[in-house]
Amino acid sequence: MTTELNTFAAAMAETLRHVAPVVGMILIFQLLVIRRPLPNPTRLMAGFFYVILGITLFLEGLEMALFPLGEWMAKQLTAPEFIGAQDPEGAGWDSYFWVYAFAAATGFATTMAEPALIAVAIKAAEISAGAINPWGLRLAVAGGAASGLAIGTFRIVTGGDLSWYILAGYLIVLIQTAFAPKMIVGLAYDSGGVTTSTVTVPIVTALGLGLASTIPGRNPLLDGFGLIAFTCLFPIIAVLAYAQVAQWWARRAPRDEHPD
Amino acid sequence: MIRLPLSPLLDQFLRIRLLRQLLGSVLDLLPVLTVILIFQILVIGQPIPDVGRLIKGMLLVVLGLTFFVQGLQLGLFPVGETLAHALARKGSVFWLMTFAFFLGFGTTIAEPALIAVANEGARIAAENQIIPASLEARNSYAWGLRISVALAVGCALVVGVIRILKGWPLPYLIIAGYAGVLLMTPFAPPEIVGIAYDSGGVTTSTITVPLVTALGVGLSSSIRGRNPLVDGFGLIAFASLMPMIFVMAYGLWI
Repeated sequence: MTTELNTFAAAMAETLRHVAPVVGMILIFQLLVIRRPLPNPTRLMAGFFYVILGITLFLEGLEMALFPLGEWMAKQLTAPEFIGAQDPEGAGWDSYFWVYAFAAATGFATTMAEPALIAVAIKAAEISAGAINPWGLRLAVAGGAASGLAIGTFRIVTGGDLSWYILAGYLIVLIQTAFAPKMIVGLAYDSGGVTTSTVTVPIVTALGLGLASTIPGRNPLLDGFGLIAFTCLFPIIAVLAYAQVAQWWARRAPRDEHPD
Repeated sequence: MIRLPLSPLLDQFLRIRLLRQLLGSVLDLLPVLTVILIFQILVIGQPIPDVGRLIKGMLLVVLGLTFFVQGLQLGLFPVGETLAHALARKGSVFWLMTFAFFLGFGTTIAEPALIAVANEGARIAAENQIIPASLEARNSYAWGLRISVALAVGCALVVGVIRILKGWPLPYLIIAGYAGVLLMTPFAPPEIVGIAYDSGGVTTSTITVPLVTALGVGLSSSIRGRNPLVDGFGLIAFASLMPMIFVMAYGLWI
């Protein structure tokens, strides 16, 4: 028990070192720029204690649960017995169907439930005076995240060059931007960022690294990272597409109601 | 033991908030757990090994996230708010931008997901002899990654604020950002490209998104002639492009 406490205290001290710059900056701002004492120093101290405690506990739990979960799923879904291949070297990309399915399901489920996205969707509906449907927006972002993760895992399986995929995605975004309604562009760009929460990032990272280390011929260093980039890029494409379809629908709907 | 001299009322208030936050953290973890369970039972059809340790770890994750967010709301956010108001009263664009920089830097450097991914990147780099295998080398590599990302988010927010003030069109900025990524990629060492691309998404997790959206929408609603929908959004996108460039630059530099 004492050793456990000791390691925990050491981990907290380490986290303190991580957060110290932020505390320093706030103090400098407050004392040198605003030149007034801190409004509520005990509350601030309590807050920082909570932050440090929180990060320490989170990182501890991450090592125990989130990383192993992602890695474990990658191992199981690529095991030779599971994909039914005698010779894993000879397994084609289509043997890994359940990897893509798992990635897509994870992307969809976590994005639909993401509180940041719900908040952004409601805010967007408010300022667009109802032109943007919060459910449509959430479905578009979640669908984007799902296809992004599926394609991202496909890239790890096939060992394609990450930068080509991402650059191709950006090209699509640029072309869409030229045609999409102006008011949705900023929102669409932002929706890429809201799909990745503090809980999903480690699981997805561990999944990618796990896939790259179990699939023959892949190298975690070159192939393992990149899944997060896909989950950020594809929702942009999906939301821009959603906006274009919605606009097209709105334009043609009145004509359908009153054919002349 | 120091007793925190909080009034009972505040104490009560915090307890309710803490509970609600706890529920929020559980809901954060729930969807991915559900997917894993469904796959484990229906597709793989095998029991999960070492369930006790997993459950213990998940409890720690939920507790940790709860304390983290609660601590930010208790400490950082109110101070940030008073700072923002005081700076706005000063009416100085310079201080507004300085504030935006530190807001981005501060929330990113403490982001738990970034700490985790940077550590993982350092572990993989050490395993592949990109950096020496010593703990010191790994820590300094991970720290360098985090500093690069935090600097990038800070700079991105500054540019984003200038954009809202000046009314620059968002697509131009994004195109410039893409061009930066495009230019850096061939020169950056290939082993940094994956983690660089990922770092864009890692920065914009639980804490940064609401904060940055609030900054953008708030700023553009308080300036005449700006539409919050057109001008307020877009800061996050920019904040996830800059880290790619900065991390690739870091890869070139080390």
